[in-house]
Amino acid sequence: MQVIKRLIHSKGALMGLILLVLFVSVALGAQWLAPHSPEEVFSESLNLPPFWADDAHQSHLLGTDDLGRDSLSRLIYGARVSLGVGALVVILSMIVGTALGLAAGYLGGWTDQVIMRGVDVLMSLPSILLAIVVVAILGPGLMNGIIAVSIVALPGFIRVVRAAVLTEKAKTYVDASICLGASSWRISLFQILPNCMAPIIVQSTLGFSDGILNVAALGFLGMGAQAPTPEWGAMLSDSRAYIESSPWLVMLPGLCILLVVLSFNILGDGLRDALDPKLKGR
Amino acid sequence: MKFLLNRIAASVPTLLGVTLLAFFMIRWIPGDPITVMLGDRGGDPEMIAELKSIYGLDRPLISQYFQFLGNLLRMDLGKSILSHNAVLDEFTARFPATVELGLVALVWSSALGIILGVLAAVFRRSFLDYSLMGVSLVGYSMPIFWWGLLLILFFSVLLGWLPVSGRMSVMYDIPEKTGFLLIDSLFSEERWPAFWDAVKHLTLPALALGTIPLAAIARMTRSSLLEVLKEDYIRTAKAKGLGVKSLIFKHALKNALTPIITVIGLMLGALLTGAILTETIFSWPGIGRWIVQAVNARDYPVIQGGVLLVSLTIILVNILVDSLYFWVNPTLRK
Repeated sequence: MQVIKRLIHSKGALMGLILLVLFVSVALGAQWLAPHSPEEVFSESLNLPPFWADDAHQSHLLGTDDLGRDSLSRLIYGARVSLGVGALVVILSMIVGTALGLAAGYLGGWTDQVIMRGVDVLMSLPSILLAIVVVAILGPGLMNGIIAVSIVALPGFIRVVRAAVLTEKAKTYVDASICLGASSWRISLFQILPNCMAPIIVQSTLGFSDGILNVAALGFLGMGAQAPTPEWGAMLSDSRAYIESSPWLVMLPGLCILLVVLSFNILGDGLRDALDPKLKGR
Repeated sequence: MKFLLNRIAASVPTLLGVTLLAFFMIRWIPGDPITVMLGDRGGDPEMIAELKSIYGLDRPLISQYFQFLGNLLRMDLGKSILSHNAVLDEFTARFPATVELGLVALVWSSALGIILGVLAAVFRRSFLDYSLMGVSLVGYSMPIFWWGLLLILFFSVLLGWLPVSGRMSVMYDIPEKTGFLLIDSLFSEERWPAFWDAVKHLTLPALALGTIPLAAIARMTRSSLLEVLKEDYIRTAKAKGLGVKSLIFKHALKNALTPIITVIGLMLGALLTGAILTETIFSWPGIGRWIVQAVNARDYPVIQGGVLLVSLTIILVNILVDSLYFWVNPTLRK
């Protein structure tokens, strides 16, 4: 309760939350909000201008792209793709990262060494390069891009969880459990892990924004979502050639990416302050 | 010195891990390297078997790996499937372009970031502070590939001030000395016009690439400085009547520098990530674009060599940053 109270008191976090709720509603209600199907081709109306131009078309508020697809509908469905991508990346990297971080922190010794050296290797490559390498192995595509970006997100989770586990492990309640004869499984999963939730939640929120940004970057490089999936990064890349004639085709998908990423970052900052006031201002 | 040696020794396992990753990367791709090498032409089974024994692919994995390591020690990273040039040569030809772009981006973003961070900390809770931190949060969330396109749209398409791609106009033929065009152009015959041309080409990519580091450095400078300003010795300095300028620059900023350097070091990785996207947008002939093109062309030796060399660069840079850290913060020297 206290956490929620603190979160609502921080204006920034509240703004991020509102923006996020807006995007989530758009994503969930895409089929009712979008005027057309995102893949429907209006072959007689290519490159239509948006509503602020004089010769705009009534049924295509934000115009159409070079293939005659309705921009507004593609942007709306793009919210669904982006948020879905973010959720998948966070779920994948959170499960695997938490398991590895827990193992490294709780078991220590060899397990810790092997896992942390692996983390070092993953961290010695720039995130996008690592994702590109994974895509080069698996082949391009939205799902492979998601797997690639999840691997990129792993080191963050592993380190955060390991650090939290090491702190918790030294506390007396763990000694007490050992004395009572609780098994390692029981102690690590049901006693230590619940106490490490705060940093995991913060990392997940921030992981959302990184995940969305990285998958969009892969889409932009042509290695993520493939046509005709309405993914913002890929839409941006497709409309690059028309930057002079129809700049809004480039502006709008990028603006959407920025706003979603921004809302997760603000929310993550706010959550961190609310969950752990000691870290405030960092 | 001992610190440096320890630090280098500690990075050996990471480096070995990277070689393992690069080694298995080629073996994880669908189809074996020979099929990839032969490409669409294919080949008869005898030819494949012969090639396999030439490249040692018929031997056990562990001896293949040691051969791979041996080749690396002899600086043999194989040849590009596309151009047939040695991977290392291709890398060294493109490396200066990326370093030039990265350094310029890092310098302007660090300088401006520290200045803005100091301003925000000094005028804490003012309108200036709030707007600077708001803008920096936006900068931090910016998809760099979109930001680059916006810069092109504004400065090149609308205003027509700056070129959109490449490092230099074709009309200048600069003899290569250092590989850094900003320096080479000054030694060439055309001198100033050529230099000015190089600057114009560099401006937009460096602006795009430096934005995220700028935001991160400004935020870190602010919070680190605020932390230091709480200390007792700052109160003492204030009490003896020191002016704000010497208080901040002589006493506070020096002590706030360590976390700032850490962030700048962390940003070097972010710069290389950004370089991959920035170079693609601005057709900048550096490492990032080279690797992206290699992935699109499925040029596996180049991807493998690129991964190895980029991570080697990052590991070396990290050692350098740590040494700098050590040098700036004497309390670590015990």
